[in-house]
Amino acid sequence: MISGKRIYSDFKVFSRGFLRNKFGLFFGLIFPVVLIVIFGAIFSGGGSGTTTVYAQNLDTGFGGQNLGNAFLAAMNESGTFQVVTVNITGDFGEYLADKSQSDGIAIPADFSQSYITGQQVNVTVYGNPASSSSGIITGYVNGYANYFNLQYYSNGSEPAKAIIGIQTASVNTQQNQYIDYLIPGLIGFSILTSPMFSLVNISSDYKKNKLFKQLSLTPLTKMEWLTSKILWYIVLTIAGFFLMYLVGTLAFNAHITLSPMLIPFLVLGPMLFASLGMLVGTVAKNPETAGIVGNIITFPMMFLAGTFFPISQMPEYLQTAAHVLPLFYVTEGLNNVMVYDNLGGALIDIAVLAVITIVVFVLAVKAFKWRED
Amino acid sequence: MLPIEVSDLKKNYGSLKAVDGISFSVKQGEVFGLLGPNGAGKTTTIEIMEGLRERDGGDVKILGLDPWKNGYDVHKKIGVIPQEFTFIEKTTPREAILYYADLFNVKCDPDQILKDVLLDEKTKTYFEDLSGGQKRKTGLALSLVNNPEILFLDEPTTGLDPNARRAIWEVIRNLKAKGKTIILTTHYLDEAQQLSDHVAIMDHGRIVAIGTVDEIIHQYGSGERLEIQGTEKLAEYIKANTELEVSYDHTRRTITIPLKKRIDALAALAAAEQSGMEWGEIQTREDSLDDVFIKLVSEPLGEQGETAIDSGKKRRR
Ligand SMILES: Nc1ncnc2c1ncn2[C@@H]1O[C@H](COP(=O)(O)OP(=O)(O)OP(=O)(O)O)[C@@H](O)[C@H]1O
Ligand SMILES: [Mg+2]
Repeated sequence: MISGKRIYSDFKVFSRGFLRNKFGLFFGLIFPVVLIVIFGAIFSGGGSGTTTVYAQNLDTGFGGQNLGNAFLAAMNESGTFQVVTVNITGDFGEYLADKSQSDGIAIPADFSQSYITGQQVNVTVYGNPASSSSGIITGYVNGYANYFNLQYYSNGSEPAKAIIGIQTASVNTQQNQYIDYLIPGLIGFSILTSPMFSLVNISSDYKKNKLFKQLSLTPLTKMEWLTSKILWYIVLTIAGFFLMYLVGTLAFNAHITLSPMLIPFLVLGPMLFASLGMLVGTVAKNPETAGIVGNIITFPMMFLAGTFFPISQMPEYLQTAAHVLPLFYVTEGLNNVMVYDNLGGALIDIAVLAVITIVVFVLAVKAFKWRED
Repeated sequence: MLPIEVSDLKKNYGSLKAVDGISFSVKQGEVFGLLGPNGAGKTTTIEIMEGLRERDGGDVKILGLDPWKNGYDVHKKIGVIPQEFTFIEKTTPREAILYYADLFNVKCDPDQILKDVLLDEKTKTYFEDLSGGQKRKTGLALSLVNNPEILFLDEPTTGLDPNARRAIWEVIRNLKAKGKTIILTTHYLDEAQQLSDHVAIMDHGRIVAIGTVDEIIHQYGSGERLEIQGTEKLAEYIKANTELEVSYDHTRRTITIPLKKRIDALAALAAAEQSGMEWGEIQTREDSLDDVFIKLVSEPLGEQGETAIDSGKKRRR
């Protein structure tokens, strides 16, 4: 029943109308680039915020003392890092790569026992060899190890060697600048806003002006109508994607990668948000309500799903909450592919996104009425 | 099977009976005019026939199909101009026609259609920049693209200039000549009279008169009458000296005599002549569709809206 010819002719009429309307073009293509330039310029000085360092403390304690905790607490107090201790027992390097985090400290199980009994023990510092922060952290950990070693001497025991040593392990993540997060974030932003606002607007407007009624008198189906809008926003998204990619890499020297793994996001994203816009636009009573509901959905999602800053910088509870936002999977996925090279993580994002998209698409087509009753 | 069969059709909006049990049918190749004051239920009836609204009761068959349940099939065979026609803003009439042709998967000559509806000089203007009349013409053009068997034209000529109205009448006559069935609503009674084979006059959701224009005038009109310009005294003289019914209208200074037979006019004029009094113009007149319409429809067209609002306000105060 679905006719490619009808979708194509509706696509032609819609895209032509879109291109004739300078505002849509500006909002869809130019505006995200303007945001890149503004935010890129504001933050190009390099962030001075504290770095988060993940820590794995396997120390089982000795004689009622857990020196591993003490070591990490001392590091945290320095204020240079925020040390986040995670409760995992598996491979810490893998965990970090999974979290797209490059810096970490692992404290072995016999840490307290070795220290107290004067056995040599190593703290492992994970880091990306190419990154500057990794060197800094190694330096700091070294400093604290020496501090602990000195305390051991001052206890009066005779040291033959440094008790706490350092070993390094490399994590396959790269050190990133703000602009590297900003580009995928703003690509996500345009994937969300352009189709969403536009379809909220068009669908409530068409409903009010009885244009849907009119189209219902032709063989065009609801699904074909929505599909042609989605196709247009996929085209627009891909064009915007390359524009932002070029501006990011050429003007701001962003380190982001291109990969075919991005295609699912550039296709599913517009499909999801065009359908969501359609749903809001048809369910709302009038264009005013539709606009308000559209904003209520769009703005929090935009800020909470990692558009303007990496989601890992948000408080833990907000990070958890962000998982209910569809845009989260777009932004996280784009980051996984473009910034962290974490394709396994991206596949999960694609899977979640595909499910959400299909559900919203079907709901939109079902809820959308051409005719009145 | 008749192309359009409607029986006991009902539609309510809350407590309002917008369409209250109407029945009619239309033969193939016929133009059927639906008349009635604002709010009579014409658009509601037409949109139910088009499959755009669901009915609450009764039966409707369009080309043998239920327009609500089989809308998709019905729509391929009908052409529609809605009362408030709008279209995608940044699209020219020519593009709109090509778009519809693609959707219906038909070949058509957009320039010919534009010429037929007198829109051939505005082919490159966006819909949003067209005048009201030009927008209506675009609507008519689009309703023709799929070469429909039935056309539903809801006030196709409202807001058009006299030339454009006549051009659209021409289009309608040509369609009729090709055997198309046409349903037309209009507030111009001359238009209904010129174009329709049958008309129905609706009021408050009911059909108050149905038939050919002549039948309706004959049934509800007062018949032929003689009017003489003159004084009341003359009227009294005629009344006293003939067997005729005579009435007098002071404002128009007109004597009116219903003619049961045409020869009665002779008796009346003989009496007038005999009286020796002055008298002016004489004419015989019959009720027009306008007269019958105003008689049948509880509140006259045009003023109806205002009176309704006025009394509403008074009640509220
Ligand atoms: N969607 C609706 N909801 C509620 N009431 C409606 C709706 N559509 C029409 N009505 C009411 O039904 C009645 C008939 O309306 P309709 O549009 O059929 O009249 P009409 O004969 O076409 O009038 P006009 O000559 O002004 O176009 C009116 O009283 C109108 O207010
Ligand atoms: Mg109407």
